[in-house]
Amino acid sequence: MMVLRSRAVVTGGVALLAMAAVAVLTLGTGEFPIAPADVVKTLVGQGNAAQSFIINELRLPRVITAILVGMALAAGGAVFQSITRNPLGSPDILGITSGAGTAALAVVIVGGSSTQLSLAAVAGGIAVALLIQLIGGRRGLQGYRFILIGVGMTAILNGIMGWLLTKGVQMENARAMLWLTGSFDGRGWEEALPLLGVLVVTIPILAVACGPGLRMLEMGDDIAAGLGVPVKRLRNGALLTASLVVACAAAAAGPVQFVALIAPNIARRLTRAPGPNLLPSMAIGALLTVGADWLAVHSGYPLPVGVVTGALGGGYLIWLLVSERKAGRI
Amino acid sequence: MSRLSGTGMTLAYDKRVIAEELSVEIPDGSFTVIIGPNACGKSTLLRALSRLLKPTAGTVLLDGADVHSLPTRTVAKTLGLLPQSSTAPDGITVAELVARGRYPHQGLLRRWSAQDELVVTESMAATGVGDLADRNVDELSGGQRQRVWIAMALAQQTPLLLLDEPTTFLDIAHQIEVLDLCAELHERQGRTLVAVLHDLNHAARYATHLIAMRGGRIVKAGRPGDVLTAALVEEVFGLPCRVIDDPETGTPLVVPAARRRAAEAAKAEV
Repeated sequence: MMVLRSRAVVTGGVALLAMAAVAVLTLGTGEFPIAPADVVKTLVGQGNAAQSFIINELRLPRVITAILVGMALAAGGAVFQSITRNPLGSPDILGITSGAGTAALAVVIVGGSSTQLSLAAVAGGIAVALLIQLIGGRRGLQGYRFILIGVGMTAILNGIMGWLLTKGVQMENARAMLWLTGSFDGRGWEEALPLLGVLVVTIPILAVACGPGLRMLEMGDDIAAGLGVPVKRLRNGALLTASLVVACAAAAAGPVQFVALIAPNIARRLTRAPGPNLLPSMAIGALLTVGADWLAVHSGYPLPVGVVTGALGGGYLIWLLVSERKAGRI
Repeated sequence: MSRLSGTGMTLAYDKRVIAEELSVEIPDGSFTVIIGPNACGKSTLLRALSRLLKPTAGTVLLDGADVHSLPTRTVAKTLGLLPQSSTAPDGITVAELVARGRYPHQGLLRRWSAQDELVVTESMAATGVGDLADRNVDELSGGQRQRVWIAMALAQQTPLLLLDEPTTFLDIAHQIEVLDLCAELHERQGRTLVAVLHDLNHAARYATHLIAMRGGRIVKAGRPGDVLTAALVEEVFGLPCRVIDDPETGTPLVVPAARRRAAEAAKAEV
């Protein structure tokens, strides 16, 4: 048991260190390049005024947003995959992200403010989670049933999004498309702080209050109930909390694709531990978004981060399917 | 009054009624075995007793209280359950899986203790999986895996333990191994066991109390020697047979009638 735990700690620690390194590189990148050593100096308050302004005022909020978004998406994904007992059961595939996207798009089309857009995104994600529970919840949500309902929801919502785009005027559509791809451009404290607040409240709930029960649920509903887990209440509660986290991440940066899907998968492979692997997943998620953002910045062309995670995540998904198939698990 | 009983239960999945007006009593300290043909409601009864299924009418009483009015953790400290299908999470070791049986004894503040560790070690020793503690559960044979699940249920330290077809999918040697283990737990640790079994001869050999069901009703309940007669097997399973003494244990041994003899008997009756 100790072996597995230490693997989880090492995985999380290494991912966090790597993430910090990439973050320092990203903070030094831009129109005024700053050497990594100076970046670190500035971060601890030893830099000169110009560097301090560029890093702490201009670039740091964006990187912090990227870190928080990565953590939030990965945490949501880890809980979803644990509940569905399926590595593909992520909020992107189950329509939570599409729900947030559709609602946000509707706000963009009618010309709403950024605050309204964020609130709509959160509401949209939660609404889809509730709807999935309503449709699938009577007999309890499990495995493929859950995923198929989600895939159906995603298809419907994508249709609605397409329809909304045909309704919009060109300029609003450009703004909408940029949001829908997921981007950290121009993100700052006003996006980061609310998300931080949500994470501070929800992650302890998911890790401490839900974690042990979710680990029991992975063995099957009956055995979990036999062990004293309030199966339905736990599942619905964890699902809603995780949906809230994911929807808030989408509200902050748009639906950044695939992080929720692949971060928990990578974490599970590295820690080799059963259970949601919440904290290691979050570390990997942050590494993924910060890394993808660094790639996006360095591509020489202003790519939105969602394009990078989409490309990386799609590739990983194909590799996952092929390797799982070889191992005979699909 | 026994610790676990059900009275006037109507058991149904959605609209499909499995049993009506079903009452049952599990004698304290017994190894009770429920037998009956497929779809007779024996697993449903076990689900109701273990509060996985809420009766649409009637009640299940655990220590005198309605099992559905008790907090699930309280129930889980008294009543253990080994369902038919459970999935061992990927990459979990035997010791970790058995440790999960301690879940109802832990809380937000009360985490892993030396007592928990001791119970897990004892449970693994009692089921003979101590040597496998650090092995991955996926690598084990069917019989070993079933013993690990039983060890997990033991670690829950419940005076009552319900097992739904614990021998399914096991070969004959492993079936006996698991049943011997159950009998040992019953005799040595004084736990009350309730199991659903398919094999009548196993049921007769290991049970101290036998419940025969058909069509959602309990046809007969009592000592195996009194319950398991040729007439009852014919009535419950529709199977002509002879019941002789098990040469090993003296318990009833059901020998199904051969096809030709059954046909002759039918002709003779006409």
